[in-house]
Amino acid sequence: MKFRVERDVLAEAVTWAARTLPARPPAPVLAGVRIEADPLGVLRLSTFDYEVSARSEIPAEVAEAGEVLVSGRLLAEISRALPNRPVDVVLEGTKVNVTCGSSRFSLLTMPVEDYPALPTMPQVVGVISGDELTEAVAQVSVAASKDDTLPLLTGVRAELEGSTITLLATDRYRLALRELPWRPAQTDISEVALVRARTLSEVAKSLGSSGDVSVALSTGAGVDLIGFEAGGRHTTSQLTDGDYPPVRRLFPDETPIHAVVATSALIEASKRVSLVAERNTPIRLSFSDGQVVLNAGQGDDAQASEALEALLVGEDISVAFNPTFLLDGLGALGTDFVRLSFTHPNKPVEFTGQDSLEGESQTHYRYLLVPIRFAS
Amino acid sequence: MRSVPCERHDGLGTLMSRGPRANLRGRSWGDDDDGCNVLHVDMDAFFALVELARRPELRGRPVIVGGAERGVVLSATYEARAFGVRSAMPMAAALRLCPQAVVVRPEHGLYREVSHEAMSILRDVTSLVEQLSVDEAFLDVRGARRRLGPPVVIAEGIRERVARALGITCSVGIASTKFVAKLASVHAKPDGLLLVPRGATIPFLRSLPVGALWGVGERTEERLARYGITTVAQLADTEVEVLRGAVGRSAGARLHDLAWGRDPRPVEPTRIEKSLGAESTFEHDRTDLTEVEARLLGLADHVAARLRRHGQVGRVVALKVRTSDFRTLSRSRTLDAPTDVGREIYLAARELLAGVDLRGLPVRLVGVRLEGLVVRDGAAVQSTLEEAADGTVERRREAEAAMDLVRERFGSSAIGPGASRLAPRGEQGPARSQRGATPIVR
Repeated sequence: MKFRVERDVLAEAVTWAARTLPARPPAPVLAGVRIEADPLGVLRLSTFDYEVSARSEIPAEVAEAGEVLVSGRLLAEISRALPNRPVDVVLEGTKVNVTCGSSRFSLLTMPVEDYPALPTMPQVVGVISGDELTEAVAQVSVAASKDDTLPLLTGVRAELEGSTITLLATDRYRLALRELPWRPAQTDISEVALVRARTLSEVAKSLGSSGDVSVALSTGAGVDLIGFEAGGRHTTSQLTDGDYPPVRRLFPDETPIHAVVATSALIEASKRVSLVAERNTPIRLSFSDGQVVLNAGQGDDAQASEALEALLVGEDISVAFNPTFLLDGLGALGTDFVRLSFTHPNKPVEFTGQDSLEGESQTHYRYLLVPIRFAS
Repeated sequence: MRSVPCERHDGLGTLMSRGPRANLRGRSWGDDDDGCNVLHVDMDAFFALVELARRPELRGRPVIVGGAERGVVLSATYEARAFGVRSAMPMAAALRLCPQAVVVRPEHGLYREVSHEAMSILRDVTSLVEQLSVDEAFLDVRGARRRLGPPVVIAEGIRERVARALGITCSVGIASTKFVAKLASVHAKPDGLLLVPRGATIPFLRSLPVGALWGVGERTEERLARYGITTVAQLADTEVEVLRGAVGRSAGARLHDLAWGRDPRPVEPTRIEKSLGAESTFEHDRTDLTEVEARLLGLADHVAARLRRHGQVGRVVALKVRTSDFRTLSRSRTLDAPTDVGREIYLAARELLAGVDLRGLPVRLVGVRLEGLVVRDGAAVQSTLEEAADGTVERRREAEAAMDLVRERFGSSAIGPGASRLAPRGEQGPARSQRGATPIVR
């Protein structure tokens, strides 16, 4: 095997493929990146950890076809550190020699025949705009659980219904829902997929910048898989098994009280005020006519407060939030104004975005957060 | 005349203790202790009596503790007080009143040590001890009544232990609120005990001058006097709005509440236990994990009941398992939110148990511990969406709190969570074996 490739192209592709490599691989070969040099001038890099696979195709001058398995992490680090010159890679015996300018590296290879076969990409079911996918995934994954003892909740539930995809995630304390349009291959599609939030975020970040993203899905055929493809990069992930709780019903039907505040001002003020909120202590938002007062800290502890302009419709209301959860929701909105809709100080509060103080609320993204209450 | 007990230089206890008392010493207000769970324990002439304890030769003489440092009286024996010597008085003035007094230089290290011992005597009674200063504390004895008897008995026990162990005396006020308990101890002094039954609270308060109320200092007293208010009775009978006009909005309302015995402040432990746990050794080592789980459920329930009794919630659940080879394994897990619900503790402990590698050995001992304890009252609780929607955990907690009541009435084995009864009889000790399966209502 012998090929020459542009340093930037190689570095980017290896970094992408190696990003999901496990820190402690269950088998040594799984720490590797498989390099396949195709005489047609294509290099295929792939990684797999039995759950997530990644495959990237890049152009290269292939002098000799071949296949080799080397440490993904090491190759990624080396390729990023190389000078900006063409990189020559050649397999000699059991070692791979990497030459770039006057730098030379010699890497050990692993037995490529022991490397598991990557799952085949399932059938493409539709196309999403990369930008929109990136935004939507970021908006919902903030609400996904990071607790691996609740595997179901570490996932994002994707509901593919006709020309709308709905993404949902919850860690039991908050719930994020985002609806986005896409172009399904079949307009009557009706599928549900539960994908690990971490995986989905990675995919969205790394594929979102390359225009349209193709979505592939296979369900009910043994191992359920979801696949994404954009700009020569393919990735597949096993779907999480299990019955996602019926969370949609948690959104309130009626909210007699709502308030509208400038989002960035509220974020800044919340950050300042929460400086005195120790771990697990809340930040309180008290809405009255024309204003919201934020405060945190009580008793002998440090205290902070700040008032902001706010539009309030309905009775005065005061709610307390975990500052991190509050900031997650506000940060995910991406609109100039935020509407907080209330039913009761102890009931979940719905956050939606809007363009102006008096405008209409946009419901394609909703963040539902349970306020903190005080035991008595 | 006012006295400013200087032992309270931290300022925490000064507000009420400055108050003059009515000349009611010796009067009984009744012996109905229903709902009287708050004890105010106050060391008598603390620094002076600590000095007497180590120098018995000074007993019976007027002794003043005070320094050359600031030249003021920090504490004085009752013999010296009889001459008009008061705390915070300049030493020179004190000596003019009582030239024969023995002046002792203060030794703060010693007082701290004695104070520490006194407080640990109080903490033996209950964990709900709110220390106000070196020489006084509130206790909530609600949970200690079953174990130690009625509040008066508990109070006498404290007075006895303090006297025997430290050679000093203390006075105890018993009432249904902190504010009244504190006033009661003032009227019990020195070396006494006074119970103000709930029903006698208002007559007791009405017998006092207005200066006895918490927060009424000279200035407030003057202002009230301008409205013709010099007694608590007069204050109680004055419209709140008038009081607000006299002393300000919030102070007016608060004084009115106090005059009617309304004081919702709970006893807040100043130092709370950091963890609380229970463990149990099997009579015969267990290989069947469901039996270990059943025991775990009982332990979790027991720990939760104790947490509720102490008014605490914990955030970290720790499991301890000892296998037949005496190897001890510990695992812990932080919950999303602090709890005092047995079910929550059990679920976390069971999950931890599932993750423990027992190497196929039978289990000898199992234990559950809650760590990261905080006071429940006012603790911030992050409910889940489901709980907020239908209140599941609250309901569970109410059910368990109801079990607490049954246990209080019929004993600890009268009721428990279902599966903890699966363990074979004889394993739970003779006290439980017969009653365990009996329904709640008998």
